[in-house]
Amino acid sequence: MAQIVIRNLKKEFGDFTAVRESSFTIEDGEFFMLLGPSGCGKTTTLRMIAGLELPTSGEILLDGEEISQRPPSERDIAFVFQMFALYPHMNVRKNISYPLVSQGMPRAKVKEKVAEVARILGIEDMLDRPVGGLSGGDRQRVALGRAIVREPKAFMMDEPLGALDAEFREHMAEELRALHDRMGATTVYVTHDQLEAMQMGDKIVVMNNAVVEQFGTPQEIYDKPATMFVADFIGSPPMNFLPFHGAIHPGATEVEMHGGRFGVPAARGAFEGDMAFGVRPEHIRISDDGAFRAEVVAVEYLGTTQIVTLNTAGGEVKARIPAHQVARAGETVGLGFNASTITLFDRQSGRALKSELNEGVLHG
Amino acid sequence: MSAHSITAATSRAKWVAGTLVILYAVITMIPLAWILMTGFKSPSDAISYPPKVVFEPTLEGYVNLFTTRTRQTEEFLAANPPENWADEIVRQYDMVIVGPSKFGERFLNSVIIGFGSTFLSIFLGTLAAYAFSRFRIPLADDLLFFILSTRMMPPIAVAIPIFLMYRELGLSDTHLGMILLYTAVNISLAVWLLKGFIDEIPREYEEAALIDGYTRFQAFYKVVLPQAATGIASTAIFCLIFAWNEYAFAVLLTSATAQTAPPFIPTIIGIGGLDWPAVAAGATIFLLPVMIFTILLRKHLLRGITFGAVRK
Repeated sequence: MAQIVIRNLKKEFGDFTAVRESSFTIEDGEFFMLLGPSGCGKTTTLRMIAGLELPTSGEILLDGEEISQRPPSERDIAFVFQMFALYPHMNVRKNISYPLVSQGMPRAKVKEKVAEVARILGIEDMLDRPVGGLSGGDRQRVALGRAIVREPKAFMMDEPLGALDAEFREHMAEELRALHDRMGATTVYVTHDQLEAMQMGDKIVVMNNAVVEQFGTPQEIYDKPATMFVADFIGSPPMNFLPFHGAIHPGATEVEMHGGRFGVPAARGAFEGDMAFGVRPEHIRISDDGAFRAEVVAVEYLGTTQIVTLNTAGGEVKARIPAHQVARAGETVGLGFNASTITLFDRQSGRALKSELNEGVLHG
Repeated sequence: MSAHSITAATSRAKWVAGTLVILYAVITMIPLAWILMTGFKSPSDAISYPPKVVFEPTLEGYVNLFTTRTRQTEEFLAANPPENWADEIVRQYDMVIVGPSKFGERFLNSVIIGFGSTFLSIFLGTLAAYAFSRFRIPLADDLLFFILSTRMMPPIAVAIPIFLMYRELGLSDTHLGMILLYTAVNISLAVWLLKGFIDEIPREYEEAALIDGYTRFQAFYKVVLPQAATGIASTAIFCLIFAWNEYAFAVLLTSATAQTAPPFIPTIIGIGGLDWPAVAAGATIFLLPVMIFTILLRKHLLRGITFGAVRK
């Protein structure tokens, strides 16, 4: 089991930069999510850790050892592919035992190991079947079996649930997380699904356009987004941004916006210019006496809560309010914001401004 | 459930399709059957008119194909009784067998050159196709086009330069020369066909093998090759058919040592009159290897072995 340190990792394909100067640390035993939209460089990063791509520059340290230029066979890292990539000309048993055979392990030992892995994954009864006839979930289990049988230092998973039906995904996600908790192996998991990342991950790296936007626990990423991209990408519905032009001074706990004054976490720096007032839907209160006036446009009832779409002077916002509270389309209401949860952004750079809320989280 | 399905054929459609296929097969098979039958006819039955469909079979054609014979005096024939059944057949014409013909040798040449060039084309073609399919090669498209361009004129158009080149290099009438020549003609087909097949094999298989601790070559050998078996088999059949049937270059470049069966078979006609049964016998035997090769590789042609292993 291992710690993985990524330092200034960069990958260029000709003129195209897939990953730009990324740095983060994956602690021993962590379930680590690489999250981002397609084409953001997350899969390339994963493939570089596994050795399927060689970085243009930068370092990858596996337990303190620099491995970035080694072939995959010398890294002791397992990989689970999105499309499973089971060897189609072999049966389940041969697929699982293939990595052991390459190590020259004695036959009896291989048999024993395969049996053990099959028992863990509940696939004992299909060991002698060809892989072609298996269901998606069983193929996924076989692919996992092939990865865990060799007890590698770390697992790389490239959207392993991406090819499964929505119904089955949930189940497999739980199974995967349980398997991880049992083995405690360092796992790096690529996904574009923010819910999956929040649900399964110990830590998340959010990537966009070849750059690491933020790196932290799911709570940090959700509550203290470092950039407007992260705030927008995580959460459903995403964070609301109210654009305004204004200024803030160190220590200030209020901003002036659209003619009102609104509380914010104490600022840690000075800024003047185009800003965005970021507030999560669940941190908006709807009340008749709120200073910030808005018109209700639509109401989506979700059972325990409801999502209310409102038209304000700063544009459209969505609020998540308790299901029992009455809100009707066409009404004019007042909005209140939960001051301690607000993040202010520099609209030019998209970066969050440092405040009491996020000062421990933001790097650089 | 319902009587009319849009995917399953009705019994009448199946009947019509079946009839058409059988009819087509019969029409295609008639010339082959005729050659097979002629091989077992006597020379007079072979040229009789109207053609005989029912006849008394004889191995005369095959004996004539494999032997050289000479006419002998009656005294000699009386003094030396026939030694075996083949001898007995030739005695009807007052002849004796003096030795084997060149057919066996020519046939062996065809086997060596045909299978040798097929093996070489597939070996080089698979490696090249894999490289084109998987690696970033500078000018890959230009190189592929250059390889294809060798097919853009009939090979015989370059017969004279090749003839002169071969004479200078000492490759005329050698097995190696013919193997190289047929490989050169087939390699473009092999590279293009095999590249198509290898492109279809997902890279993830090799990557999985690399992760599982195998080298690039082991991954190619143990994972890619079995997946490409279907493509390799069909490409090999195409290459073999060309090399096996090739006539023009064989006439031009081979004579005493490396002559293949196609230029040899017609020369049988000239030995002792129009010996059609011997020619037909030679053609029949000549057809067999390609037929057997195709039948052996048939299961690879039909089996879609990658089916279902990767979800697309």
